This record gives sequence, structure tokens and C-alpha cells, in this order.
Amino acid sequence: MMSSKSPLRLGAGEQLLTGWGRTRPSLAKVMPVSTVEQVQQCIKAAGPRGVLARGLGRSYGDAAQSGGASVLDLTAMSTIALNASTGSVRVGAGASIHDLLLATVPAGFFVPVTAGTRMVTVGGAIAADIHGKNHHVEGSFGNHVSEIQLVDGRGEPQSLTPDDPQTRERFWATVGGMGLTGVMTEATFQMLPITSSMMSVDTERCSDLDDVMTRMIERDSQYRYSVAWIDSVSATGRGILTRGDHAAVDQLPAAKRAAALDYGPKALASAPGLIPGGLLNKFTVRAFNEAWFRKAPKREQGALQPISEFFHPLDFVQDWNRVYGPGGFVQYQFVVPDEASEVIGAALRKLQSVGAPSFLTVLKRFGAANPAPLSFPQSGWTLAADVPAGIPGLAVALDELDELVANSGGRLYLAKDSRQSPEMFVRTYPLLTQWQRTRDQMDPKSIFKSDLARRLSL
Amino acid sequence: MNDALGDPQSVLVLGGTSEIALATVRALPRNRLKRVVLAGRPSPARDAAIAALTGAGIQGVSAIDFEAKNTAEHAVLIDQVFDVGDIDIVLLAFGILGSQDEGEANPDLAVEVATTNYTGAVSVGLRVAARLKGQGHGSLVVFSSVAGDRARRSNFIYGSTKAGLDAFAQGLGDALHGSGANVLVVRPGMVRTKMTTGMPEAPMTTDPEVVAKIVVAGLRKGKNTVYAPGPLRYVMTALKALPRPVFRRLPQ
Repeated sequence: MMSSKSPLRLGAGEQLLTGWGRTRPSLAKVMPVSTVEQVQQCIKAAGPRGVLARGLGRSYGDAAQSGGASVLDLTAMSTIALNASTGSVRVGAGASIHDLLLATVPAGFFVPVTAGTRMVTVGGAIAADIHGKNHHVEGSFGNHVSEIQLVDGRGEPQSLTPDDPQTRERFWATVGGMGLTGVMTEATFQMLPITSSMMSVDTERCSDLDDVMTRMIERDSQYRYSVAWIDSVSATGRGILTRGDHAAVDQLPAAKRAAALDYGPKALASAPGLIPGGLLNKFTVRAFNEAWFRKAPKREQGALQPISEFFHPLDFVQDWNRVYGPGGFVQYQFVVPDEASEVIGAALRKLQSVGAPSFLTVLKRFGAANPAPLSFPQSGWTLAADVPAGIPGLAVALDELDELVANSGGRLYLAKDSRQSPEMFVRTYPLLTQWQRTRDQMDPKSIFKSDLARRLSL
Repeated sequence: MNDALGDPQSVLVLGGTSEIALATVRALPRNRLKRVVLAGRPSPARDAAIAALTGAGIQGVSAIDFEAKNTAEHAVLIDQVFDVGDIDIVLLAFGILGSQDEGEANPDLAVEVATTNYTGAVSVGLRVAARLKGQGHGSLVVFSSVAGDRARRSNFIYGSTKAGLDAFAQGLGDALHGSGANVLVVRPGMVRTKMTTGMPEAPMTTDPEVVAKIVVAGLRKGKNTVYAPGPLRYVMTALKALPRPVFRRLPQ
């Protein structure tokens, strides 16, 4: 007797995936891969819904999920080969910044760029072209990469460098390309030499948004790292500016110099699994923000902080994304040029007007853009704010904000986006058609698909 | 793709001239809506529905020929619609009321009601469900009826088709649990539409726009079942608990 399997039953490896914001899950077949050959096989055997690589799922929206597709889990491809004499490192695409720091900080090296979490893979860091607190001087992650190993849409391995005219376009299409040009398997980039695992940090409390921005314009260039936290529920937009650099070993107290490169990051707590939706509201956020503002010293110079405290505050509470409850959240992050700095204040007021409580609101100045057509950073100001997805009127308010951002020559960060319209995206990424041409050469059959790509008709 | 805030990009209406379904399309958030497919018989009513939705400012409205009773054609039709692009929301809204008396006198007419309302829905519902699961996301909204909660003497032919449809849709929802796709069963009471024109109004009779609002809210919240109006849930719970001799004596 013939038996046929029901198309409604879950198949092997099929599971629901979401981004870090936990909105809109979609079902995909997750396939762990550990060799380039396995990646090639998966691409050659791709079904109609395609293939996508996923790292640690820290992009907030739908960039690392793809309904019906084969989603490749590369976290087993995490070899790390550091050349301690040149500071160059060759890393498996599935290795995380966390893995990398554990391996390289004791040897006296730091990653060229890190996001607010170290739980991102190197493949993800390149695909989103992540930026950090040093963008104003050192650019984004892609600026530091010298070579990418990738399997293209035909299943062919490619080696891409920014210096070779033959591969330059494909290299920059992959940087910031959201995983749609191929599956990265390995990357080589330059690390930053350090002599201690501590940071020397200057902290300033700022009375209002103008104060924050003025201080950033005046003195950001004197620091390698700079970022401001903004109290999004205060009427003034007061904030805390923290800036610093790696502490040299001779800045450490004598007793600590022998173990200057010790590195032991810890997650202190885990957010509870079930949090009711309404717990995070403007009152609790107001209380949190008040405490956070008061906790910071009015003015402090040269304070010593461990790397993880300075760079990765998000990693102190595991699964902190659950605090927004079962409805999930969106993170709205945009950049606008210097001339449009008034959009920052307008955006904060708009978010306040819909009652969007955000306790992770971050302001940063960007330096120049790199050649990647879909890379987010461009010279100017960037603001990032978390907002629970269930707030009434949010869709319309954010669309209005999009309009403001687009009109002033700005754009949204794809690694955070989960809701912009295709029109907004096309309008604000003018190099999109150039990127699409290169992508079509690398993936002629449109194998690489994500929910983000479908939503934005990428 | 639905976006993070639940705004859909594409909708398929099976029963493309259903007033409740069209009201639902109008009530959906339309900031991201770019494709609405009305599946139904070619008719002036279908043309008028396209014109009305387009006139209301909805983009990308088109029609495709669909006959619920012709189950042999359903596979091709559903593939045609889904092959163009993902569908975020499918409204299964076709159905005929028929006449209880005529059906009792001429069972062929009763069979037609059953074939359309139940058999047609099973055929197209399973095919839609497989495609939603295949794309890994999406919602199927099945318009059932309180008439299916408990069959009444005065319209048990129609009521039994809705009872069957309702049970089918609930099972389908359970089958899709955890697949990214989901089923929302809608149980309206009497709704003022052309289907009910000329009939005496039952208590809690409502309008298509009210049902539409409840459907849109139910989709946003990821509900499995909604009644329209909402309090009908409690009325039907009470009615279902009545012993048959009592129920039979209620005014029909």
C-alpha cells in the first residue's frame, strides 16, 4: 500500500525562527553544517524557498529567518587562527565575537569593531556590516576585512578581497548584503593590539539633548570610542555620554599589571521566561531611566572598566529581549546627516507622543560611509530606540518618522528593521540597483532568500 | 510577509464577493497592502467589488475565477495564486444559505449547500493550509457561523454545513499549530447582508463592518476563535447547554 506523508506535519529540523525582537515567526528547516562541502551541497539541493545562513539570531527583525527555506546553522564552523605577529586573524563565519575575544584578548588583541552584544557571529557581523562605538574614527566591520570566503548561488566557493578589481564589487556587495550574496564560510581581518583588558572611560552627565550633541561634536574626535545613552522619557532628552579607549598596561594599578590581559566576561542574570505584556510601561521605564541617570557620575575621568562592561552592557542579562513580553518589540534605528540633526529630537518626541517606553535609547555619531552599497552607516547622527510592538498607533507613527528620515537624506538599519515599506527602502538606499546587479551575478537563480528580502522585494 | 507590527502585504479572498470578507479587507491595515486577490465567479458583483476596493484606495486588487463546488480545479487555482508570491491572509468566505424548506422538499438543493459550504471548503482549505505551511507563515480565516454551534429545526441544513466546516477548521488549526501558519475561526451571528435580506432580524444582529473589526483584532492577537459580536460566545454557550426538548421549543 502506498502511504504519503502529510504536507501539514512538521518535517525533520523544521522550527520557528524569529529575530531578536521576537515578532513574526516563520517556519524553516534548520540545517547544521560544519564544512564548506556541506554548504555547497545544501545550496545545490535548494528547494523553491531557497537557502539562508543564520548566525546567533541577534538581528532584531526578519533578516535571519526565511519561511519555508533551508536555514544553515554555521556555528560549528568557528575555527580561529590568529597571527600574533601581524594581528591578522582568520575566522570561521560561525565563530562569535564572544569566542574571538576569549581567544585573542589574553594574546593582546581586540576586535576591530564590536556591537553592543558580543553574541554575533563573524558572518553576521559582515552581512550586517555592524558598527560600534568607534565608527566615527574607524568605520564599520567591513572596513577591516581583507578577505571573505563564500559559497555563491551556484554552489561555487569564491575568495573575495577588496583590493582585487576582479572581486572588489562582490566583496562590497557581501559586506552589508544581509547574507543574500552567498553563504560566508570564513573571513580574515585585522585585530587591534591592546596591552590590557581594561578600558579607560570618561563619563559625563548631560542636562539635555543639545548638551549631549554639543559635547559629542566638540570632543568625540579625541576618543576612539564614544556613545550616549538618552533618557527617552524625560522631556529634555538628558543623557549620559561615555567615551574612552583601551587602557594601557601602565594605567592599571601596579597589583593588576601582571594579569593585565585577563578576560572573563560573565552574564549576571537571565530574564525570566514568561513576562506579562504590560510590565514594561512608561512608569517602569521612567523609574529605570531615573535610576540609570542618577547612577552615572556627574563627571568622571579615566575610570577603569572591563571590556564587557564598557562594550557589551546588553550581555549582562541573558535573553533580555523577553522583557518586552510575548508581543515582542522593534528596534527603530536610523541615521541622518549632520545638517538634519534636528530629526533626533523630533524622533524622540514622536516616540514619546505614542507612549513608546524605551530604556535602551542610544545616540552616536558616525564617520564616513564605506563603499558597500547596502551598508547602513553614513556620516551623521544615528539614534536607536526599542519599542514594544503592541503599542497602538505605532505603525503609523513610525511611518511618519520614516518620512522625516527619508526627507533628510537618512535611512534605516536593515539589521534592526522589521517594518519599513519597500518604497522607503528603495528611496533611501540609492545604490540598491548596483547591489542587485552584483547579487544577480553571484546568485543568478535567486537561491538566497530571507523574510526581509521578500518583505522589501530585495 | 506580515511585518513586525502585523501589517499584511497580501490577501486572498475565497468567495470574492462576500460582503463580510470585503469589509474585512477594507478594515485591514493598508500601509503595506499591495496585493488583494478576489477568487469568485466572474460576475458584475465581482467587478463591482474590485472597483469598490480600488476606489477605497486599496492597491493591487485583482480577480481569479473560482467555483467552490468544482473541487477538481482547486489545486491549480491555489498554486497559481501562491506561485506569484506569499499570501499573508486567506479569507475563506464563500457559502450559500439555501432554503431549509426547499431543501427538505428537494434534497438535491440541500446537497448543493453541503457541497459548497463544506466539501468546497475542505478541498480548498487543505490546499491553502499546505501552501501556508510551505511558506512558513500566514493566516487562514474561516467564516463559520453560530448556526453551526447548534443546529436548529429552522435551518439545520445550513447549520450542519457550518458545524462541519467549523470542526474542520478547528482541526486544521491544530494541525498547523507550531508551523508559523494559523487558522482563525469566525462565528458571526446574523449579519445584515444580501444573504439575509428580507429575513426577520434575530437578537444581536450585526453589520459586516463590525464582524470585520473583530476579525482584524483577532488576527492581530493571534486568536483561534472569535464570535461576532463578542458576547454571542456566552449566549451560544448557554444555548448549547440546553436539553434538546427545551431547545426544540425555543422560538425558531
